[in-house]
Amino acid sequence: MIPQTNIVSPPVVSIRGLTRRYTLKGVLNGVDLDIRRGEFVALLGRSGSGKSTLLRALAGLDHEAEGQGQIVRPDRVAVVFQDARLLPWKRALDNVTLGTTGPDRRRRGIEALAEVELSGREQAWPHELSGGEQQRVALARALIRGPELLLADEPFGALDALTRIRMHALLGKLSRAHAPAVLLVTHDVDEAIALAHRAIVLEDGHLAADVPIALPQGPRRGEAAAALRGRFLSLLGVEAAA
Amino acid sequence: MNAPSFETIAAVEIVLRQEPIAAPPKAAKQVRRLGLDPPARFGWLLGPALLVFYWGVLSATGWLDPRILPAPWTAVSTGIDLIREGRLQENLLVSAARASSGLVFGAAAGVALALVSGLSPMGGYLIDGVVQIKRGVPILALIPFMVLWFGIGEVMKVTVIAITVFFPVYIHTHSALRAIDIKQVELAETLGLSRLDFLRQVALGATLPGLLLGLRFGVTAAWLALVVVEQLNATSGIGYMVTLARNYAQSDVMLVGLVVYAALGLASDGAVRLLERRVLSWRRTLAR
Repeated sequence: MIPQTNIVSPPVVSIRGLTRRYTLKGVLNGVDLDIRRGEFVALLGRSGSGKSTLLRALAGLDHEAEGQGQIVRPDRVAVVFQDARLLPWKRALDNVTLGTTGPDRRRRGIEALAEVELSGREQAWPHELSGGEQQRVALARALIRGPELLLADEPFGALDALTRIRMHALLGKLSRAHAPAVLLVTHDVDEAIALAHRAIVLEDGHLAADVPIALPQGPRRGEAAAALRGRFLSLLGVEAAA
Repeated sequence: MNAPSFETIAAVEIVLRQEPIAAPPKAAKQVRRLGLDPPARFGWLLGPALLVFYWGVLSATGWLDPRILPAPWTAVSTGIDLIREGRLQENLLVSAARASSGLVFGAAAGVALALVSGLSPMGGYLIDGVVQIKRGVPILALIPFMVLWFGIGEVMKVTVIAITVFFPVYIHTHSALRAIDIKQVELAETLGLSRLDFLRQVALGATLPGLLLGLRFGVTAAWLALVVVEQLNATSGIGYMVTLARNYAQSDVMLVGLVVYAALGLASDGAVRLLERRVLSWRRTLAR
């Protein structure tokens, strides 16, 4: 169930009438969206629906885009990309602490790596890590900043199915422990059902659906999950086999 | 229809799959290795050693007139004589000081201007065009002007060497800076890095391979420029020693000068390569 606090607390993210135009790709047409503190929102959509454009707007990475609209976002925002984006010339720990300050940054970096189950790999070069491990370092790099909003752009899209399941469990655990607001861009309906409190579906640059996922924590199977799955798939234009 | 039917493809696939099992392991088709074997430690010495060997054979059999090219052992004994007299060290020191001060000034200017022109559009407009035009003019063609402006003393010599070093360092550093992956720039933005931190943590790491490559070219260029400027009215240095020897037809001294240049060039290139290996240990490449 969605925690009670979500209903009373003010949103940490508030988007009103967001419009974005690129010369080549990605269009948003008047998107309104609120995300509450600690709320995990999955953003579904077909390719070209504007998912990444919305996420990039929230991340502040859309310098070259034209458009209007209002975005309120918290100060501490962390982004996890589809590729881990580790700097290959920095060891794992230095990648995690990149851009942080304070005398205890090293200790906090080691703790963050321990949280993503990478204790002992602090001095590894990125090329020595597997794809899943690199993505966990990227997760630690996001967590060390204590984000109020975590933006994730298909973070597990490049991983194999088994690693992805383990990463789902890890991300679920971490988001419960740190309770940032999360916006997870994905094309994977099962990923959305497994992790999110709420899923929104983008279609041609506007919000086509906003569906709470009121399922208990833990493995989400059974009829309720299957019904949601079918509904999301049909929203995405895929007729699911019953 | 000439295209193979699905059944044919499936049959081929089955045959391919069976092959390694059916055939003895030796006959199994090996995967072609496209990466290189790990290098032998002193493998690169093989070619030079053979060359010296042939040279020695030709000299010993009398095929090679010592007035044209003295024997390798003559070079060694003349070298020892020159060291005893103190002439070699003295001239070597002067040459090395010229080359290294030119290298330091040229490389520093190259990196600094590459940073300015690589990381700001205005810097690029101001600097890069000038550099590209200047590239078209061979440095040696500038020497008459250098003499006119700076005379024939040390200032002119170090300036010519510095300018020669500047270009490769600037060009490789600049292109490495411009080639920084936009994804890494975005990452730095989302992490809220300051401009200085971006320079130190991201740009420097991404640029170092290019900078070191430029430095290797620069080091080689520094020795080349040194040879040229030392033959211009110099009164000391290896080049002076060689010019003097030429006037007296002392081919053995000329040869020693050549060997010293080779040793200097190799040693300095080796030093940059060692630096490269230390600094770029994070890289995994074809040649390792």
